[in-house]
Amino acid sequence: MLRIGIPSAFFYYVHYPMWKTFFEELNVQVVTSGKTTRQIVDNGVREALADACVPVKVYFGHVIDLYNKVDYLFIPRIVCLNKKTVYCPKFLGLPDMIRYGIANMPPVIDVRIDARSRKDSLFAAFHKVGKMLGKTPLQINKAIIKAKICQHNFQKLLSSGFQPIEAINNIFAGQVTKPPSQLEQLKFAVVGYPYIIHDQYISVDIINKLRKMGISVITSDNISNLILRLQPRVAAKHLFWTFSERTLRATSHFARRKDIDGIIHMSAFGCGPDSIVDRYIQLDNYSSKIPFLRLVIDELSGVAGVSTRLEAFVDMVKRKKRGMP
Amino acid sequence: MNKVTFPHMGESFRAFKMLLNDLGNEVILPPRPTLNTINLGVQFAPEFACFPLKILMGTYLEAIQKGANILVTTGGVGPCRAGLYAELHKKILHDLGHQIEMIVFEPPRLYPLNFIRNVYKLNQAKLSIKAIIERIKKGWRKLQALDNAEKLTHIIRPRELKKGTTTQKYKQVLEWIDDANTFNDIIEAETAALEELHKIPQDPDRLVVKVGIVGEIYVLLEPAANLEIEETLGNLGVEVERSMFLTGWARDNTWKETVEGMTVKDAALPYLPELIGGHGRDSIGNTVLYAKRKFDGIIQLAPFTCIPEIVARTILPAVSKDYDIPVLTFFLDEQTGKAGMNTRLEAFVDLMKRKKLKNNTKPQYGHIPRHLFN
Repeated sequence: MLRIGIPSAFFYYVHYPMWKTFFEELNVQVVTSGKTTRQIVDNGVREALADACVPVKVYFGHVIDLYNKVDYLFIPRIVCLNKKTVYCPKFLGLPDMIRYGIANMPPVIDVRIDARSRKDSLFAAFHKVGKMLGKTPLQINKAIIKAKICQHNFQKLLSSGFQPIEAINNIFAGQVTKPPSQLEQLKFAVVGYPYIIHDQYISVDIINKLRKMGISVITSDNISNLILRLQPRVAAKHLFWTFSERTLRATSHFARRKDIDGIIHMSAFGCGPDSIVDRYIQLDNYSSKIPFLRLVIDELSGVAGVSTRLEAFVDMVKRKKRGMP
Repeated sequence: MNKVTFPHMGESFRAFKMLLNDLGNEVILPPRPTLNTINLGVQFAPEFACFPLKILMGTYLEAIQKGANILVTTGGVGPCRAGLYAELHKKILHDLGHQIEMIVFEPPRLYPLNFIRNVYKLNQAKLSIKAIIERIKKGWRKLQALDNAEKLTHIIRPRELKKGTTTQKYKQVLEWIDDANTFNDIIEAETAALEELHKIPQDPDRLVVKVGIVGEIYVLLEPAANLEIEETLGNLGVEVERSMFLTGWARDNTWKETVEGMTVKDAALPYLPELIGGHGRDSIGNTVLYAKRKFDGIIQLAPFTCIPEIVARTILPAVSKDYDIPVLTFFLDEQTGKAGMNTRLEAFVDLMKRKKLKNNTKPQYGHIPRHLFN
């Protein structure tokens, strides 16, 4: 059976269920690189450019992990999916970075997805990939329908409070974990890019850490696209990048909600778009009433250091809530 | 009265100053970025913002201290974040309590109305449309004159007999071009300037290596940002060809793509088929083109955390291997020191010279045919 590798980073947290279903319907085995580990990060740091941001290095590590486990690597060039905003330049050049950045890799399936032109739409991309695998249009169409349904279920799970990894486990491994209970006394919003906040290694597992402290967590991925799109426009000029625009809108959404006690923005060291997002959040005073913490992580982030800051932040929020000065 | 300022980018301020003066504005000249400018910028700009944003931040603050109340700059449509810088600068400056107006020129090809509105705002002298077009043409001609003079210094400097003559003469002829205010005067000043530069005594027997410079536009064009790399290289006996000049870039982005623009795209196609914003694709395409023209080496200049250039840098080793051409990359930021950069440049130049002698290709001696520059 043909094996296709999907690195568990970047779009894994957004589109993995869809692509996995699609490939499996076409009788192709999907191999992932699993959770990020020390080994993966080290490999990535060694191979990727020093000036790149951590997620890129982690992605390199995941790709290296798939080396000689797969026949093809699936790295689509996702340019634009909503006809409005594009993705960060690193996504636009991702297949090329992998192809020329690491020696002796398996061939890369690189398909351009740009919803702004019909010949590059998601639908066309499915067909191109299917054709490369030698399938008939009928088989491909059937697989697309299954894939879309699966993605829809995934989104539904996200909206009901699951985090992407839990949702993926729920769909494919059949782990019926209940959505985290809403009884905790505090509720934090964690905003940022899905490939940072949901990567348990580089985010030092912030979500579970907060849960252990008795805080329920909601992330920008739990908010439906519609709500995000309905956010009043704050900036005169919208951001160019999908994830950044989402983060900004999610922050403004959370800042206006009554049940959120704190907002944590997590970003990676040297992240280009975040240099703007973060200043927008500060200057537009989204969180004038809600405590706001910005955490910057990199490949050297220690668990202890982040924990200390989190604990301090949580203590501060608790004091505030009890009405103490 | 409008007190207008704009970003400092190499010598281009001379042309913008003339144009804005002609339209009836008082121009507050942007100061050449210094250490103080950079410190000022770093203080107020976001930490991971790229170097150009920080320098511009400092430049604006210095110009505002000198009395400027209108900032003219360019926008963009992404995916490079430079397109959002005008907006971010405005927010930061307003937050600091400076009541300034920002006039942002978006690409006129996509936003013709924005262009007309902005020109109308700046047209204090109430010139007719015909007169405005004429003034813009004149400004454009001056930009070309400045670019041509600069191009020539890159060729003459490595061959000059007495070190420093070219830089000195260049400063002198810039003033000539600066003083020219009519279309004919500009052409005359340009001719005289090129004549004068050609008069510099040259050493015909010197071994000169040729280096192409690629990278992000601001750090390429602003000597204060790239620590005068072209001058340093010239003094090391390197003929520099820069892949980008303001006139060429502006043409590609305002009216239509030039032939050069298209060839760069084609050259980059096997390595990077996508426009990734900034000048990532241009860096790769130009490297390929320089390699085909048998250059001795490439230097890539990029601001720290510039994602398009990071993508380009990841791919460049493959280009370097395929075409057997050495590539040296500098990521520049406020921490870059000139001495460290010079050491790396000297080593790079030594390697290129040695390779050139070993390959036993006939070293390139003598003057460059003059007709190429007239």
